[in-house]
Formats: sequence, structure tokens, C-alpha cells
Amino acid sequence: MSDLEVLPELKEIIGALLFAAKKPLTAKEIRKALLDAGASYGGPYQEFSEFKDDDILAAIEDLKTGLVQSGSGLCIAEVAHGFRLQNKISCGPWVRTLLDKDRTARLSKPALETLAIIAYRQPILRSEIESVRGVAVDQVLRNLVEMQLVKVTGRSELPGRPWLFGTTQRFLEHFGLRSLEEMPGMEELKRMVPVEKAERTKPFPEMEKELEQREEQAVTEESDESGEAEEAD
Amino acid sequence: MHMPDLLPNEEYKVSLEVFEGPLDLLLYLIKKDEVDIYDIPIGRITTQYMEYLELMKILNLEIAGDFIVMAATLMVIKSRLLLPDEARGPVEEDDEDDPRWDLVRQLVEYKKFKDAAGFLEHLEAVQENVFLREGEHVELGARPEIGMQDVSIFDLISALNQALDRVPKEELNEIFAEQYTVSEKVDYLLEATKNGKPLTLGRLFRGMRSRHEIVCTFLAVLELIKLNRLAARQDNHFEEIVIEQVAGGEPEPVLQEEETV
Repeated sequence: MSDLEVLPELKEIIGALLFAAKKPLTAKEIRKALLDAGASYGGPYQEFSEFKDDDILAAIEDLKTGLVQSGSGLCIAEVAHGFRLQNKISCGPWVRTLLDKDRTARLSKPALETLAIIAYRQPILRSEIESVRGVAVDQVLRNLVEMQLVKVTGRSELPGRPWLFGTTQRFLEHFGLRSLEEMPGMEELKRMVPVEKAERTKPFPEMEKELEQREEQAVTEESDESGEAEEAD
Repeated sequence: MHMPDLLPNEEYKVSLEVFEGPLDLLLYLIKKDEVDIYDIPIGRITTQYMEYLELMKILNLEIAGDFIVMAATLMVIKSRLLLPDEARGPVEEDDEDDPRWDLVRQLVEYKKFKDAAGFLEHLEAVQENVFLREGEHVELGARPEIGMQDVSIFDLISALNQALDRVPKEELNEIFAEQYTVSEKVDYLLEATKNGKPLTLGRLFRGMRSRHEIVCTFLAVLELIKLNRLAARQDNHFEEIVIEQVAGGEPEPVLQEEETV
């Protein structure tokens, strides 16, 4: 359908994709866009369907250096397992002024601590967070879930089947982390596993299964009323 | 030794949940005294811990049960330390028979997470300057957070303690004669910090001769911090605390004085 005169380079396409994307793009997502475009436009567009993840990553590196060297005021950051086109950090104040944005409300200390504990120890029970912090975290946790930095990742096998919590994609994006592995001392802090976790096995698999199914329905109804069910322990 | 009479009324109960917990208080005391976390002088730390708890009671702060539990734990450890080795009873599964060990382990672990939280805090500050196309900023819905990034509640209480120490105890009797209210002090504080004027807590309390007045003023400070109208900062640990108005706080006070007795 096109009368393309000169084909763009791979890195130019990727640059355009990053520019238009609303969230960090992974190499896989970029490859899918190349494949899909090849399939729907055909002809010379198909040439780009051949590229593998490695080619894409190399092109991104190329693009990255180009942005820095040309002094574009832009950069590509690796965030939440993907790539994100953003302004150079030192240019932030001018962008903020232009957009007329207030300083973003920062998280409180209790919120940051609770997040840190969840990040290292997920999936984690509320009671486990509380035993580390030595205080109730009910309200803080509720706020973090509301802000979508933390989500319920499942339920524990412990009596009362309390919720398990984990961090979200948004958590990585908010802090500009590429992955959880970027948290300092991840190996060490992860290893200090609380005792309860080791006991989280199913003593009666058959019965558990049945109970699980029976509870499934109850859960779906319950979960509408959000966090209340976690009180059950 | 509960002293509810120091307070004008019951409605000013400040919950500590937004602030900090018992482990934070212990770490604070350990840091303040520069003692080795692995060799905590339990007697001294327990005494100080109880002092802070007492102050919190005077302030009518809604002390979480966790603070009381920790007080009990400290007492148990203290008493076990007083016993000769063989009388300490069954030794816990660990080969560690120091009664302080569990607490130390908990504190050390918690400290690590606090440091990790500091790391996140730093990242968050950096990300404040990151914008995506369309000016998308990784926003979290404007939830006002209290302006106490660099000051802990215990630093504040410690400042209060100093101010109270200055005032002779016998003036306690005069309390009933004097009438100060928290809301009156709220107005006063907003006036005193107008146009971004910073105010040190030391200067704020100077000249106040009544414990009642100091306590009311202190509660007003806490209240304004909770409402995100005032922020407290401290440039170096254990230095003078400065309070100032939060830029872009609501134009008109949320707190209307209901009663000026």
C-alpha cells in the first residue's frame, strides 16, 4: 500500500516506537510490532520481521548513545524490564515549569519502609510485614494498594488463608527500577526467610483442593469488598 | 502517672501510625547515644524508652499497643539479664543465650529495610524530574504526605522534652488557671510562619513559662504537620529542628477555631 522511497533504519523505527509508547517497551513487544507491521503492510515492510531480540537490543544501544552524543535532552532508560524514552533528568525543572506541575507528593517513611519489605520478601503476608516493622501496617498497606504500587498476589495456605502481597509493574516504574534485582542487597535480604514461609505446604492436598474450589466462589464475592477479608486471620 | 489534665480536651488525640513505631524509637535511642547495636545497654535504653513513652502519654498521643508490647519485652530482657546464667531458664533453640539476641536480630533486620527505604526515597526524588511524552509523570494521585522527611517524631518529642525540662515543675499547679488551646496555637503558628518564614522549635518554646502552653503548642505543631501545612526539617541529626509552611498548602486554614476558651 505504500510507495516508500527509503526504508528507515531499525533504530529509527524503534526510536519512533519508544516515542509513541505510553509505557516502557520490552524487546519482545518491539519485535511483535515489527512482525505485525510486516504482516499487515507486506512488501519491504516484511524485511523488519527478520530481526531478533539481540538486533533490537543492539539498535537500542545505538539509539541511546546517539541521543546522548547529539545532546538531544532525551534519553532511554531501562525501567520495569523495558525501555522508556524520557527527558534527561537534569532538564526536569524546565519541563516541570512548562507543564505547570507541582512537585509530586512523595511517599511517607512508613510507606517506603513497607514497600521495601514487600519488594524484598514478596509474596508476603501482612502479619509478616508487621513483624518486621513492629507496628500495624493496615492503613499504609491499604494506601499502597490504592496507589497500585502493591497488589494482592494470592492467598496463603495458612489458616484463614490471608492475602499475600507483592509489588507491581507500577512500583518499578515509579522508582525507575529496571527490575527488583536492582534493589541493594537483594540476595541477602531475600534470604532471611521468616519461619512461617517454610511451613506453607499443603498437608492434605486432596482436601485442600476441594476447599479451594469451594472457596473460589466465596472469594470472588468477597473480593469486591476489597481488603476486608484479610482480617480473617 | 497519666496526666490528662494537661490537655484542654480529649479531641486532640494524635495517632502515631503515620509517624513511627517502637522499633524506630529504639533505633533512634541507639543512634542518639551512639551505642553498639550488638551490645545494647538494656538498662539505660529501657529507662529512656519509658521516658519517651511517658511523654507520649502526657501528650495524649494515641500510643499503639505495639509500644506497650515493646516496653514489656524490654522489661523481660532487663530482668533476665539480672539473673545468673543458669537461672535464666530454658535456652532458646539458638546457641545464643543472650536474652537480647532476638531483639538485636529484629533491630538489625529492620535497620536494613529502613536503609532500603532510604534507597527508594532517593530514587523517588530523582524520578521527580523524569517526564514522559505528553508530560506523563509517574504520578500517584496527589495524596498529601506529611512533611517529615528528615525529622522523626522522636526528634520532635525530644525537643519538647527539653522545653519541658526548662520549666519548673511547681508551675504544674497553675495549669488550671491558665487556658491555652491547641486551635489558638494553630493560628499562632500559621501567623508566625507566614510568608515562608522558618521558625526553630527552640525559639518557638523560648519564653513559654507554662507546661500547658508548651504542650498545646507542641500538639498544634503535630496537627499542622499531619495536615501537611507545616513541614519539619533538621539539617543534621540531633540538631535544632526548623518548621516552615508547606509551599502550596491550602490557602485558608482547614482548622477553624471552634472554641476559644
